[in-house]
Amino acid sequence: MTIDQHELDPAADGTAAITGERVRRSPLRSLLANPFASVSIAFLFLIVFIAITTPWLAPFSPNATDLAATNAAPFTDGHFFGADASGRDILSRLMWGTQQTIIACLLVLGVSLVLGLTFGLLAGFYRGKFETVVNFVSDVIMSLPGIVLLIALYALTGPNIPVAMAVFGVIVAPSFYRLVRSVVISVRSELYIDAAKVVGLSDARIIGRHVLSAVRAPVIVQSSFVLATAVAILAGVDFLGLGDPSAPSWGRVLQEAFNNLYTNPANVIWPSILISLTILSFVLLGNALRDTLQASNRSAVLKGARRRSLMMSAQDERVAGVNDLTPAQDVILSIRNLRIGYPTSADDVRPVVHGVDLDVRKGEIHGLVGESGSGKSQLAFSTLGILPREAVVLGGSVFFEGRDLLADKMRMRRARGRGIAYVPQEPMSNLDPSFTIGAQLIYGLRASTGVSKAQARRELLDLLTRVGIQDAERVMSLYPHEISGGMAQRVLICGAVATKPHLIVADEPTTALDVTVQADVLELLRELSRERGMAMIIVTHNLGVVADICDTVSVMKDGRIIESNDVDSLFAAPHDQYTKDLLVSSRTVELKEADDE
Amino acid sequence: MSENLLEIKDLVVRYGGRRGGKTVIEDVSLNLRAGETVSLVGESGSGKTTIGRAILGLAPVTGGTIRFRDQEISNISRQRRRQVARDIQVIFQDPYSSLNPSMTIESILVEPLRAAGVSEGKTRVRELLDAVGMPGDSGSRYPREFSGGQRQRIAIARALAMDPAVIVCDEPTSALDVTTQARVLTLLRDLQKDTGVAYLFISHDLGVVHAISDRIAVLRGGRIVEIGDAHQVATAPQHPYTRQLQMSAPIADPPRQRARRAERLRILAADRLEGTETA
Repeated sequence: MTIDQHELDPAADGTAAITGERVRRSPLRSLLANPFASVSIAFLFLIVFIAITTPWLAPFSPNATDLAATNAAPFTDGHFFGADASGRDILSRLMWGTQQTIIACLLVLGVSLVLGLTFGLLAGFYRGKFETVVNFVSDVIMSLPGIVLLIALYALTGPNIPVAMAVFGVIVAPSFYRLVRSVVISVRSELYIDAAKVVGLSDARIIGRHVLSAVRAPVIVQSSFVLATAVAILAGVDFLGLGDPSAPSWGRVLQEAFNNLYTNPANVIWPSILISLTILSFVLLGNALRDTLQASNRSAVLKGARRRSLMMSAQDERVAGVNDLTPAQDVILSIRNLRIGYPTSADDVRPVVHGVDLDVRKGEIHGLVGESGSGKSQLAFSTLGILPREAVVLGGSVFFEGRDLLADKMRMRRARGRGIAYVPQEPMSNLDPSFTIGAQLIYGLRASTGVSKAQARRELLDLLTRVGIQDAERVMSLYPHEISGGMAQRVLICGAVATKPHLIVADEPTTALDVTVQADVLELLRELSRERGMAMIIVTHNLGVVADICDTVSVMKDGRIIESNDVDSLFAAPHDQYTKDLLVSSRTVELKEADDE
Repeated sequence: MSENLLEIKDLVVRYGGRRGGKTVIEDVSLNLRAGETVSLVGESGSGKTTIGRAILGLAPVTGGTIRFRDQEISNISRQRRRQVARDIQVIFQDPYSSLNPSMTIESILVEPLRAAGVSEGKTRVRELLDAVGMPGDSGSRYPREFSGGQRQRIAIARALAMDPAVIVCDEPTSALDVTTQARVLTLLRDLQKDTGVAYLFISHDLGVVHAISDRIAVLRGGRIVEIGDAHQVATAPQHPYTRQLQMSAPIADPPRQRARRAERLRILAADRLEGTETA
């Protein structure tokens, strides 16, 4: 079987082509590139190294008393950090305490991870009664005051740090449980889980292979924060004297220094610094892990200076009048030599729209056709000034009613909403779920025209009826989730038209709708355009839609307009091979009628 | 009755409790013979996807029966479902979420084989990739490196892995560009010719369905309103709703599309008139 190159080319993928190549580095390398992370990791390695080598490296045994050195100042007689009230070497005691700290932290992490992960996976995957019960238990545990519980435990077990830390592990387990459960619940509805079920995988395998891989990253991040808490709690417990009095620990050293504060204040410094730095390292590492693991798909970001220089040169070009034009009388929108790029690294920009010219006449419905990645949406977005943040306009102009919108941000803002309105592809995600339809429409209309609330309401009620919504009064009081997709699109069209714009940019306005609704919405757009003399740009991949509604068509491929003509001529006699291919593909899957044969 | 591979009889699917629940599918009966393609067409909310999910054991069957090779397969244990898995497979609509982003193509394709206890996975993976027209070295790559059309090919390869008798195709081309869509449909047809697999094809697009089906069932509100020979249903539908669907789909030919539009408006106007008369 043969497939042509177009499909095998990864750039044929819409997202990859538009946003440029993703930054692809191993997570570890990008983690180490973060200075906070690398310093934290180095410090934590040092702590672990000390814990392992203390028996050989520590200058003194932790409980060796040297009365001559009582309250020795730092850096005296081989006591680098000084000595405490009993003449014990502070450095040695802290070093010996490191081992205990690490064991305790691992104990907390182990217990909480095993409990939280196991129950989180099971409750999230199976839900039902099991989840209800585990949720209840987790809520109860979370409501217990941790430190108080550990003090109460002391009465029961005496100074026993491992038991106390294991109990603390249980106390923090809900933080893992809740995290894992919520991730599992969202992963569970992914189609690949359904596919795994259909393929005949057992539940254990599905959880082990598919679900576990999704929770890995958040769990690693959370572990770092749990370790930070564990260090703090362990130090706190020891400071309160709940630990073994004979064993050295960071918290105990701090407490002893604290008791001796007036005679030897310097001793408080060392354990405090150690405890703080360790906690800080875990927290910073956790933040860095979150940045690298959870944003690994973020596209490249251009350096500020580079971006500014690119924008400047585009602006210079405009000032120099490279794209100047004397607009034809009946043209409402002229795009001249528009070039748009996306960063591929901190310094490089890959152009995705290569010098496009486009004219839209007054009252005309202009179709912009192409496949995903052709740059058609980029063109539409730049007309509205709503390109994604990382996109860079490399040059060119967008003249609306004779004035270049790209040359002046304020001019763009004034035109948007008033002169040019937008109808989006996904009606539902373009309505704010927390406001009623009426509130959003009125707000939008008043923001751009400044009419009174009552006036706006009256106009919108008329217009809602006009776009085919019966019972407009009631619909205005509904929330977006209470209406259907088709109705949502009518609402958005109403909002777009309300400000009496001269141009509407509609980005795949019917792609998310059923065919019957699509036909109604196209009918509505056509009528509105005729009634109000509005020009429209309709971005679509559907040639049927173009044939239905457009007067003129421009075909886009790989960031260029390859053919532009009035709709009858283009469909009857396409010039470019690509247009011909599109038409053939489109006609193989389109409906034939009985009389075709 | 043995010529029917899959027999759906009086299928009812309800979500929610006995009271306040929602009936999504009502008394749907449908047969699928070996090697044929039957399509379910309808708009969103018509229940077409639910029927597919019920067959796959992903939606609860409240009433009626689904039989595969004369054996009841609705509401069976996961254990028995796993045995059926060899024979009934699926291709989902969204090729982006149907492949686990953290697994390589090879491990995605080996998974069904391993679940069925097949050991010579690697050679089979090459065969499968070859069969769906993907380069042989795709195995070590991740889903994100492929375009929508390519991912859908991979999903097709996964469905084919165990030589199933039936594949439920749930809008497999809706998320794709037209040129890619045409190629994927051709691939599905070619594979059917080679392997004799039967498709239950689910779509909202009467045109797509016409291009691939032997028979078409039109669904509306959880019921079949029209079922029959694909050509007849797609080109000369009997039921007014099918007629409406047919006229709503725009075609890439401006003069004829204008005629169809006029025809659609005429049907709608006639409907409205009828509505007011009966009311």
